[in-house]
Amino acid sequence: MRALDYEYMLGLVPILLGYVPLTLMMAGIAMACALVLSSLLAIERVIKVPVLDRFVVLFISFFRGTPLLVQLFLFYYGLPQVFAFLTQIDGVTAAIMGLTLHFSAYMSESIRAAIVGIDRSQWEASEAIGMTRLQMMRRIILPQATRVAAPTLVNYLIDMIKSTSLAFTLGVTEMMGATQKEAAGSFLYFEAFLVVAVLYWIIVEVLSFFQKRLETYLNRAYAR
Amino acid sequence: MIRLSSLTKRFGEQTVLDGIDLSIEEGERVVVIGPSGTGKSTLLRCINFLDRPDHGSIKIGDLTVTAERANRRGILALRRRTAFVFQNYSLFANRTVRENITEGLIVVRGWPASKARERADEILRDIGLSDRAEAYPSALSGGQQQRVGIGRAMALDADLMLFDEPTSALDPEWVGEVLDLMRRVAETRQTMLIVTHEMQFAREIADRIVFMDAGHIVEMGSPAAIFDDPKDRRTKNFLRRVS
Repeated sequence: MRALDYEYMLGLVPILLGYVPLTLMMAGIAMACALVLSSLLAIERVIKVPVLDRFVVLFISFFRGTPLLVQLFLFYYGLPQVFAFLTQIDGVTAAIMGLTLHFSAYMSESIRAAIVGIDRSQWEASEAIGMTRLQMMRRIILPQATRVAAPTLVNYLIDMIKSTSLAFTLGVTEMMGATQKEAAGSFLYFEAFLVVAVLYWIIVEVLSFFQKRLETYLNRAYAR
Repeated sequence: MIRLSSLTKRFGEQTVLDGIDLSIEEGERVVVIGPSGTGKSTLLRCINFLDRPDHGSIKIGDLTVTAERANRRGILALRRRTAFVFQNYSLFANRTVRENITEGLIVVRGWPASKARERADEILRDIGLSDRAEAYPSALSGGQQQRVGIGRAMALDADLMLFDEPTSALDPEWVGEVLDLMRRVAETRQTMLIVTHEMQFAREIADRIVFMDAGHIVEMGSPAAIFDDPKDRRTKNFLRRVS
């Protein structure tokens, strides 16, 4: 066993840190879009709009049933061959789209479960007061479902941050892509990938810290 | 003027409401009594379509909703003319006490927030919970929660206030304060339809007592007529059991 090149590793840190914003940007935008899309999907699954429901079920089935990497390749390399206007799409956009659709499918299921789990009294009180179904969802049901779904949604966000590394396969130089290039130059693969692994780990740990605060905040109405 | 005509509700094979006809005058306070499982709660829940009636119609003022032809708009209109007080309070768990009261005013009535807030603070004084305005329902006692439930209903200024066994889920120590509040609501000549097992209370505040059994209205009349001189055998049996 050879000794690790600590000096090289330390030198890598500032270089890779420079790519953290891109990783967070991709995950951040994809998560924001996925939250909106998955909420809409979940509401549709609860209300079950005729016809539309079939498509939503198909959508969720496809994006849960196929690997994210396959979906990314399909968007980035495949679709432009069929739809000419998509040739303009860059790797970052394709990655954000893929992450959004893929994770929306998963997240919609946990949001749906949270919605369905909200106590019947909350639905009836909203109905009795004369709210429309949309008002009921927006003001009473979704806020309560958010609290129930929050821990799983943060889990998906963590997964998403790590999954941005797949953007490297679309030619995007993000944290993983940058590491790959550095390693290819130095041949110190173990050092390079160890550094990037720890960086991802730290990002996730920081997030976990905020998760606890978020949950405390969401639980404020239920603390006795 | 409120008129229920041949209101019918079936759950599967069982007919829970069997052609209920009932008229309620403006300002009248009607108390429904009767054995458990005879459709009293279902009657209330059919009036605002929490349970969808299978047949019959509901008329509140100039609004008539017929069971078979009821669409979403009609049901919404009906709900906006009624207010419902639940047995298990059913306060909005994600809203503070004050927000529980303003919610209907802002969302359903379209009031500006500041006006709704003023109204809520008046009601909070009425129900004696001004100091708990910012609290969440989970931090309140059962009696306090039900007072908020009644306050929420009061805010709506509804043509008809429906009370579904409002004290049945309460610990005995909280029943008094809730009944007191209901008495004060009754004094405002609010039109009320109340299902309760509190017979003494019913006798005090009701203009009319309706006795229901097995999905039918068996007998109705003034408290004195029903409690002191019941005509039907079923009414007599029931009153003997509960007194």
